[in-house]
Amino acid sequence: MRRAAIIGTGQTKHAKAHDDMNQAELVRQAATRALSDAGITFREVDAVVLANMELFEGRALPEMWVGAGAGGYLKPAIKIATGGTSGTSAAIAGYHQCASGLFDIVLVVGWEKHSEGATQTGMAMVDPLWDRNVASGAVGNFALSISQYVAERGVTPAQAAKVAVKARRNAAKNPYAHLQIPDLTVEQVLRSPMLADPVHRLDMCPQSDGACALVYAAQGVAEKLCAQPAWVRAAVTRHDQPYIGDLDRRLVTMRTLRDAARAAYHQVGIVEPRKQIDVAEIYEPVSYAELAWYEALGFCAEGKAGELIDEGVTEMNGELPVNPSGGVLSSNPVGASGVLRVAEAAMQVMGRAGAHQIADARVALATGYGVYAWSDVMILSADT
Amino acid sequence: MNDDFVTAGVNLQFHYAAGAAASRFLCALRDEQKIFGARCPECRRVLAPARSFCPRCFVETNEWLEVGPGGTLSAFVAPPFAQLLEPALTLALIRLDGADTAFVHRLGEFDAPMLRRGLRVAPVFAASRQGHILDLAYFKPVEFDNAHSI
Repeated sequence: MRRAAIIGTGQTKHAKAHDDMNQAELVRQAATRALSDAGITFREVDAVVLANMELFEGRALPEMWVGAGAGGYLKPAIKIATGGTSGTSAAIAGYHQCASGLFDIVLVVGWEKHSEGATQTGMAMVDPLWDRNVASGAVGNFALSISQYVAERGVTPAQAAKVAVKARRNAAKNPYAHLQIPDLTVEQVLRSPMLADPVHRLDMCPQSDGACALVYAAQGVAEKLCAQPAWVRAAVTRHDQPYIGDLDRRLVTMRTLRDAARAAYHQVGIVEPRKQIDVAEIYEPVSYAELAWYEALGFCAEGKAGELIDEGVTEMNGELPVNPSGGVLSSNPVGASGVLRVAEAAMQVMGRAGAHQIADARVALATGYGVYAWSDVMILSADT
Repeated sequence: MNDDFVTAGVNLQFHYAAGAAASRFLCALRDEQKIFGARCPECRRVLAPARSFCPRCFVETNEWLEVGPGGTLSAFVAPPFAQLLEPALTLALIRLDGADTAFVHRLGEFDAPMLRRGLRVAPVFAASRQGHILDLAYFKPVEFDNAHSI
């Protein structure tokens, strides 16, 4: 293994619908921007990794139809589809390809066009033996384990609503974000329609059209192309059992995220995550999940996540800003959402995050989450 | 089409093999109205519904045993949108007596205020059964059941 770093990122505007572009054109826009940010052309790319949940759009073999939009012509190109973790899994796969020594420059592109698909139908096409007859889409599935988390941890609807407010306020500083609501209030979140107790509409992520791309370069190449690469220091994946019943108390325990974070921290030498991590971009499809992830990631002691948000620790100007981009709560093109977490973490380390830049960010955490409790964790650093 | 979109759809039926454990489990639901789990020889957990192998230990289960029929409500959710379905869907995680995993299923015959974690529930089987998970139509709350009766 050799070191590898992210040297460029690019994304489209995330929106309810991009009726002006088809999937390949959407992907090409993000890819072109990432290549331009990296200062290279598609001819210098050695391999391409794509991320997309094709079931949502009902279009098989997207790596074939859409791969050309990522410049995959006559190159090794693969597609990763692991639900919510698709984007982070693709980012980790791209890192493996580059760090393994097989390829010097790897392009990763994730995308989703929810406006073209039937996302909740796609979500319902789960295991036909058990889950399909009793599943109720992402919201019901989440609410089930959120009710357990709330009962055991005592977090309040207002504390969850603060997470939702923080995300949309941060998003207002991110020109690419879908939901930008700078003056959203806790009361407005709590007054929004109840989707499934205790989850209000504004506690939940939107469905977005969008794409995001990032460029990896190997040590020896990265330093020549980029003044401040974002070096990958850890990349860890943990998958759990798929049957919902086997994941009883999922949000309370969140074993996969806990294990992945512990392994990643160990690799980097992080013993006090709140002090040693400068910024985090975590995959929070619902406000309550961000609170649960604070505990699983060791940002606070168990049961203290509500206090963490109350004290403003994870605000843009707090000790450990979480999701300055606005996160998944503000933009959620699923296949791109994980790539976005990694790209936004890289932008912070590279000093290219614009209005939502955290000053002196040198160590950034990115996570991915899949609805069946799958987790990815990456740690990026300004230092090799 | 209009100027911007092409519309296309699919309507397909699929036939999935249930597999050794699920076939036996579903036949028992249909023929005996019993719920079966399987014990992992390594971690000793009773997995319900029965699985042919333990997803944690990666070994074959070797002990087939009846669980429930009573259980304890571990979590539930009644999304408003799912109440518009026919029948309405109230999703539940249920710890069946004798099982070490939760069982995902539906609740029925309840008044919303009576739902709470820890509530005792019992299965209601469909009159017409065809070897499908919904041969077990739903679980309903019970004041006293076999597990707790004097």
